[in-house]
Amino acid sequence: MKGNEAIAEAAIQAGCRYFFGYPITPQNEIPAYMAKRLPQVGGTFIQAESEISAINMVYGAAGAGARVMTSSSSPGISLKQEGISYIAGAELPCLIVNIVRGGPGLGGIQPAQSDYFQAVKGGGHGDYRLVVLAPSTIQEVVDLVQEGFDIADRYRNPVMILGDGMLGQMMEPVEFGKRKPAELPPKEWATAGWKGDRPRAVINSLFIDPQALEDHVKKIYKKYKAIRINETRAECFNCEDAEIIVAAYGTTARIVRSVIEIASKEGIKVGLIRPITLWPFPAETIRSWAEKDHVKAVLTVEMSMGQMAEDVTLAVGGRKPSLFYGRTGGMVPAPLEILAEIKKIREGALK
Amino acid sequence: MKKVFKRPESLTDKPMHYCPGCTHGIVHRLVAEALDELNIRQDTIGVAPVGCAVFAYDYFNCDMQEAAHGRAPAVATGIKRVHPDKVVFTYQGDGDLASIGAAEIVHAANRGEKITAIFINNAIYGMTGGQMAPTTLLDQVTATSPYGRKAETEGYPIRISEMLSTLEGAAYIERVSVHDIKHINHAKKAIRKAFEYQLQGRGFTMVEVLSTCPTNWGLTPLESLKWLKDNMIPYYPLGVKREVE
Repeated sequence: MKGNEAIAEAAIQAGCRYFFGYPITPQNEIPAYMAKRLPQVGGTFIQAESEISAINMVYGAAGAGARVMTSSSSPGISLKQEGISYIAGAELPCLIVNIVRGGPGLGGIQPAQSDYFQAVKGGGHGDYRLVVLAPSTIQEVVDLVQEGFDIADRYRNPVMILGDGMLGQMMEPVEFGKRKPAELPPKEWATAGWKGDRPRAVINSLFIDPQALEDHVKKIYKKYKAIRINETRAECFNCEDAEIIVAAYGTTARIVRSVIEIASKEGIKVGLIRPITLWPFPAETIRSWAEKDHVKAVLTVEMSMGQMAEDVTLAVGGRKPSLFYGRTGGMVPAPLEILAEIKKIREGALK
Repeated sequence: MKKVFKRPESLTDKPMHYCPGCTHGIVHRLVAEALDELNIRQDTIGVAPVGCAVFAYDYFNCDMQEAAHGRAPAVATGIKRVHPDKVVFTYQGDGDLASIGAAEIVHAANRGEKITAIFINNAIYGMTGGQMAPTTLLDQVTATSPYGRKAETEGYPIRISEMLSTLEGAAYIERVSVHDIKHINHAKKAIRKAFEYQLQGRGFTMVEVLSTCPTNWGLTPLESLKWLKDNMIPYYPLGVKREVE
């Protein structure tokens, strides 16, 4: 199944019945699939007049208690940032898919990872966090869509799936329903008409009294602490006796796996740390490997000018050299390019 | 003693923050009375705007959502599609609906979303301190049109009701005023009718209410009512702009 279609079908399987979107390449298969499938299962698809309207429809539907999603690509996600900030402020659950393309500006339509800052550091205004999930296979896309909705509902916070054009367009066999849905409490806070049997539901992010706003934000940050503890995820591959550890996520992590194979044939021991959650970031995992004596250096590889690299360097904390290699603008690094970089570092480190 | 006048069930007892002489309080009450009379308060979800009515969620005694500036029709769309059996309304000012939210209101109307927009047109931005609105009249002085609005540089005041009345998805659009008792009574009828049309599933409904802003117009409440009558009504003619049988 194609990555974008797998996202859409996984959302339907996860009980999502509302989709609001706006056309933009390279994610167009998601809304097209939803437009066809949602009416078959009693759901609603709307092609909104803009990304801004789409995300605000998501706000309304999420506030009304529905499992709801939107998808877009980089410039469209920039437009959604206003709504994402309001959704986080009003503590509403939803899933936002970003099939990243090269930027800045109109950029290009080829795969990129240059929206890491926007996704992880909060592209909208104010003190808030998005949970950011970064799948690297189509099967993982399917699993993380189910999990993303569940995390969103459990913590009442928006969750983003950060993919790229490569992941969206490639095809792989998938199995649905592998990840079991979580048991979640009913949404008694939602606006569904008020009979007086519960407090009046008000979906809101306005707190005009600064003390009330500080209290509200602190309450949200307690939630973020719990998310850090419970939801941080990373995959470590071949790290046990690695001289060089590569940190990479999504499509780039797939390429690094090929690099590891080629390198091992040449007797070079390379490991991979692949963050699955970009926020919360698996800093502890990276730090603990960077401490090992056999690790000489950590190399971050990204399809950007080095965005996750900043978080990796923070995690490494000066214990070992933290280096970066990347291609950007829609250019995808080839395994041999990365291997050449590893060799250079190795020669330097072993000198 | 017999009680002859009381607060509508659909309003909370929270004291309103509006300036003296502002007509928001009247329009809130008209909306609340309509909800009470139709006995739909428990089945209504309101959407508050950004602007002077930003705290509307504190005043309407039903489930409420607060929207970002101009986005209320999109938020209402999301709510209505999840709860098609509920009554959903937005309460928006002229900066919110006619400027930053122009796309949202046009497309909600065009889709024939079965929601009701209560549109407060007082020809100025109130909350931010009296800036020029898309509905500000020509030669009207505001904080950002200090020499008076000029068509050449600021364009003309937008007649939103007439504009939206060209859309097939709109079922009922009327412009009313609240500058005297007779017009207030008629405004109430129009608001009630809009909710009735929504209950009948006819399509998008909107009532534009010509309103005053004594604080930012720099007039007394009484002068404001007269200014509305003498200046706004000639440019913004009252009446039904669209009604689909």
